[in-house]
Formats: sequence, C-alpha cells, structure tokens
Amino acid sequence: MEFVQQVLNGLSLGSVYALIALGYTMVYGIVKLINFAHGDILMIGAFGGFFIMGAFGVSPTTILISFIVSMGVCAIIGIIIEKTCYAPLRNAPRINALITAIGVSYLLENGGRVLPFMGPNPKQFPTFKIQNYNFLGINISQTQIMTIAISILLMALLNYIINYTKIGKAMRATSFDMNAACLMGININRIISFTFALGAALGAAAGILFASSYPQVEPYMGFMPGLKAFVAAVLGGIGSIPGAMLGGFLLGIAETLTKGFISSKLADGVAFGILIIILVVKPTGILGKNEREKV
Amino acid sequence: MLSIKGLNVYYGTIHALHDIEFEVNEGEIVTLIGANGAGKTTTLHTISGLIQPKSGEIKFMGKPITHVAANKIVEMGIGHVPEGRRIFANMTVMENLEMGAYIRKDKAQARDDYEMVFSRFPRLKERIKQVAGTLSGGEQQMLAIGRALMSRPKLLLMDEPSMGLAPLLVKEIFSIIQDINRGGTTVLLVEQNANMALSIANRAYVLETGKIVLSGSSKELVASEEIRKAYLGK
Ligand SMILES: Nc1ncnc2c1ncn2[C@@H]1O[C@H](COP(=O)(O)OP(=O)(O)O)[C@@H](O)[C@H]1O
Ligand SMILES: [Mg+2]
Repeated sequence: MEFVQQVLNGLSLGSVYALIALGYTMVYGIVKLINFAHGDILMIGAFGGFFIMGAFGVSPTTILISFIVSMGVCAIIGIIIEKTCYAPLRNAPRINALITAIGVSYLLENGGRVLPFMGPNPKQFPTFKIQNYNFLGINISQTQIMTIAISILLMALLNYIINYTKIGKAMRATSFDMNAACLMGININRIISFTFALGAALGAAAGILFASSYPQVEPYMGFMPGLKAFVAAVLGGIGSIPGAMLGGFLLGIAETLTKGFISSKLADGVAFGILIIILVVKPTGILGKNEREKV
Repeated sequence: MLSIKGLNVYYGTIHALHDIEFEVNEGEIVTLIGANGAGKTTTLHTISGLIQPKSGEIKFMGKPITHVAANKIVEMGIGHVPEGRRIFANMTVMENLEMGAYIRKDKAQARDDYEMVFSRFPRLKERIKQVAGTLSGGEQQMLAIGRALMSRPKLLLMDEPSMGLAPLLVKEIFSIIQDINRGGTTVLLVEQNANMALSIANRAYVLETGKIVLSGSSKELVASEEIRKAYLGK
C-alpha cells in the first residue's frame, strides 16, 4: 500500500515536472536553447495565483481565473523575454544565449525579491482547506486530484495544438528543419514567440499547482523544480514532447519513492543522480533521437 | 521575371559568389549548371532570402527582393525545392503538403491544388497518411516538388532534383518539370546533371567557383566544345 501511495504522490509531483519540462523541451526543439529562466516563470505564475486567490478567496472560480490570468501573463512575459534577450543572440554562439538565460533567471529571482509586493520572505499560498479522500487505504488530497487532472488536461490540449492545428504543425516543421520551414513561408519569428508563450503558459500553470501543494510562494521557488524539470526533459530526451511528459512522471515517482523508502534527505539528490546516469548511459534520453547532422 | 545583378555572397571570409548576373524570363526553364561547390545552392538560397548577400540586387517581377524576409518571398510567388529534398521526415505526406500550403488563404482553391498534386503524383496519394521519412528517395523528391507547388509559385527554384535517383526516376522527374513549366510555372533549375538539364532548358548559365563563365541557349551550350568536354563527358 505504501508503495502505491508513493507512486500516486509521485504522479502528482511528476505531472508538475512534466508541465515544466515541456517548456524546456519545446524551446530547445526550436531554438536549441536551454532556457534556464523557465523555472522562474513558474514562480511568476505562482505569484499570479497568490495575488488573485489572496484577494478573492479560494473557490473553483478564482482557481480558474488564476490559471487563465497567470498563464496569459506568463505567455506574454515569455514572448518579451525571447524578443528582448534571446532573439538578438540567435546567430551568436549558443553559449552566449545560455549565459543570457542564466542572467534572465537571476533578474527574475532578484527582481522578485526587491519588488515591494513580492519581497524575499516566503508567503503562505491560499489553498482549499486540506481534504483527504481515502480509497482502500490510499490517501489522496483534493490538491493532488486537481494537480493530476489539470496537468493531464493541459497536456491533452498541448497534444492537440501540436498535432492538429496549423501553427502546431508549423512548430513541428520548424523544429525539424528551420530553413525548410522558412521556404514554406512560415514566419519563424512568430513560431518562436508562440513556442515561448506556450511553454511559459504551461510553466505558469505548473507554478500554481506546485504552490498549491507546497503551499508557499517566494522568489526563488522556481529554481529547484525548474532544475528538476530540466533533468526530466533530458531524461525523456530533450526536444521530444512525449519524452518530457514521460521524464516528468518518472522523475516525480523516483523522487517520492526515494522519499518514502530510502530517505527524504536523498529525494532532492535522486534527480541529479538520474541526470548523471542518463548522460553516461544514453545522453539522448529515453525517447530522444540522435541529433541529425546538418550539413 | 527574375533579374540578378552584381551579386556577391560571403560565408564569413569565403567569397562564394562573385558578381553574379543573370535573368530568368517568364515561361522559361533556365538552368544553372556547375560542378560541386560552384555556388549553385548558394545562389538559390540567396534568392529565397535564406542568405543575405554582401552586395548586389535581386529583382522579382520588377520589385527588389534582396532584403525581403524568406517567408515573404514565398508569398510573393517564389517556390523552392531544396537540395536534398529537405522534407519534414517526422510528418505525414499530407502534413508536408499542408506546410507547402502554409501561406494559402483561399481554402477552396488550395483543396483543388491538393488534388492537382495527387493527380500529378498518384503515389503520394496512396501514401497520404504515411510518415514522409519512410518514403523512397524518388517519392521524397516528388513530395518536395508537390510541397513547393502547394504555394502556387510563379517561379520555381529547383536544386538538383535528380540527385541520388535512379536513371529511370531522373527521366520521370525531368518530364514532370517540363509538365509543370507547361502549366505556366517558370523554372530555375540547378543541376550537376548537365546533359539532362540542357535537354529540357531554354537557356543555361555555367557557374564555376562562384562566377558565371558561360551563358547561352541550351542548343548553343550543347554544341560548345568547352561544355562538351567539361560537363557532358563527351
Ligand atoms: N554554410 C556554409 N559555410 C561556409 N561555406 C559554405 C557554406 N555553404 C557553402 N559553402 C561554400 O560555398 C561554396 C559554394 O557552395 P554551394 O553553393 O553549396 O555549391 P553547389 O551547390 O554548387 O555545390 C563552396 O565552396 C562551399 O564550400
Ligand atoms: Mg548544391
């Protein structure tokens, strides 16, 4: 039973990692950039939920509004970050953009610390009164149900966009071969903006879900889940969308199993242990393909 | 229809195209022939806006397009069948054609054009849901051509469409090119296979290490001693 319980906890945690990992992997798939500021988008999204539910209370309506507003705002922030920080470096060596991403991350974290309405101290995140349901000895909280349900809904929506809409198909084409996509008349800048927006929106949703189970918000809160979601993306195969989902769930489960059966102190370390193993054994990840050599 | 003047293109310090000048008139098939590394692909990439030239001017239908973004150039009516096909191998045949039709706003006419492509390439219709990466080389080339046709180009740039294909398929591809041309599309054809290219083109330009060294009607070039020795292996 304890095992099933931990797997369930892992699914809930993993679905959050999966949402964040999708942002890393989609952006990487198109512009080959590890967007290290992506974890901080999660923090901004969580603060969005904090302000809205702090002001209007916690109800299904305010939760819905929190998601819509946070996702929308973060999508715009994602586009602005790309246009101002990464777009000018598109033809520069990749390391430049990577360093810039780390800079953007610091800017968002420390910017949050100095903003009077955010500040450096952790704040209680408004949530439902904790309510647990019990099935055959397994506990599941309302927050966990919400987390898993919303994550799966968003992933299904993403799957639909990527596979069945015109812009989603153009994203896949651009990710596969940017020059060939140009020759189709696809406006690459628009696709890149859309990709950042989509990733940031999912990150914002993950932020609200993560804050709901934590339940705290503070400017550095995106760092650790961001880093772990990056590991999840690498584990699944960076650039692969199903890979990011799979990697997220696997990592979440590995973490809760470690917490439950070995030691809770080791739980944070397990992600990075997995990263090292995957880099040694299969650097392309579980579902990743070998990089096509471009001539 | 297309006129190029004083075009100079660099890759870093490598001077890839030297003062290239040529013209393509409406309705023609013009071929640009030359050995590997002569600068043929670079020329087409520059026309399509994938590479910015250091100097020179490219005009299409009287308008300068030298600094127009690649996606706008497609909208203006230049289609491109790139070297090595460059199909989206992870997408289905239909999705590849949809990408070709990306700029189309006239849904009903676009539907007719899918039918046009399928009647031209029945093998693509049979494989409509197949992932493009699993097609044979010849089928991939047909898909690359069909995909470019979906934008309804006035001018079609084709980069070595015969590359890597069996002789019979090469014949088929060239007769398709003639067919497309008869349908009213102007064609700028880049080839290493000078024999075949000259057999269907109205005029030709010969590119050597980034310079145009010869030009004329296909008949003149086929008759020229230099060309026969250097490019036709006779
Ligand atoms: N991306 C590139 N970077 C540097 N040099 C290049 C690049 N692409 C082509 N070249 C060089 O430019 C010249 C022309 O190449 P290309 O246009 O591909 O020739 P062709 O298509 O006639 O075979 C060659 O010397 C080639 O090495
Ligand atoms: Mg070439």
